[in-house]
Amino acid sequence: MASGVKPRVKVPKTAAAGEAVVIKTLISHEMESGQRKDKEGKVIPRSIINRFTCDFNGQNVIDVTLEPAISTNPYFQFEATVPETGEFVFTWHDDDGSVYEDKQSITVG
Amino acid sequence: MTFTRRETLALGLGAAALSVLPIHARAATWDELIAEFTGGAAMADTGITLTAPEIAENGNTVPIDVAAPGATAIMVLATGNPTPPVATFNFGPLAASQAASTRIRLAKTQDLIAIAKLADGSFAKAQATVKVTIGGCGG
Repeated sequence: MASGVKPRVKVPKTAAAGEAVVIKTLISHEMESGQRKDKEGKVIPRSIINRFTCDFNGQNVIDVTLEPAISTNPYFQFEATVPETGEFVFTWHDDDGSVYEDKQSITVG
Repeated sequence: MTFTRRETLALGLGAAALSVLPIHARAATWDELIAEFTGGAAMADTGITLTAPEIAENGNTVPIDVAAPGATAIMVLATGNPTPPVATFNFGPLAASQAASTRIRLAKTQDLIAIAKLADGSFAKAQATVKVTIGGCGG
């Protein structure tokens, strides 16, 4: 079910040291809740992303547990502190075991 | 359309199985989930904000916003959904603010509850009622 999964992340290119930056993430995913039924009345099995994490240079920013009540194409917006130049690593963990990853580097000027 | 005895029996069994299933498939109720998260501790009414629209036309994507300065974790529950848990946000050392926005599904008009676990071990709770015009669970 996990076809066409594409993460999109918006992180500023530069920041001042210690500045709080706003991060927006979106990943295209059906997030099948396991509640819907198909035409024959059979329940469509659950298939969601169950965990999202964001780390900066190995330190955790946010770790979210997702449940079926999260909308299709899960979207998150949050703020991170940027102490130094480095890289944000975003991971999404699918029910089927796949892990989708995206990286964004930011320069402290 | 006529049914043979065998078909009728099979139909009856199927219906019985269907009516029993949801009870077993259903996760813990929302008050059990709160008790599990807080360990039964009392919750303050301040220190957390939960922003949700008063009326959501489409229950499939309802934008919500939670913020609790100094929290280590925030749990969001939808009391009227078939499965009440929505999400749990755990904030790491580099989180600039203990706040996050996302979009959620709501099956019907109901109360949303957000509970924050604060750094000193206490808990705070916020509640918001959302009116839903079209449910988000695909009936």
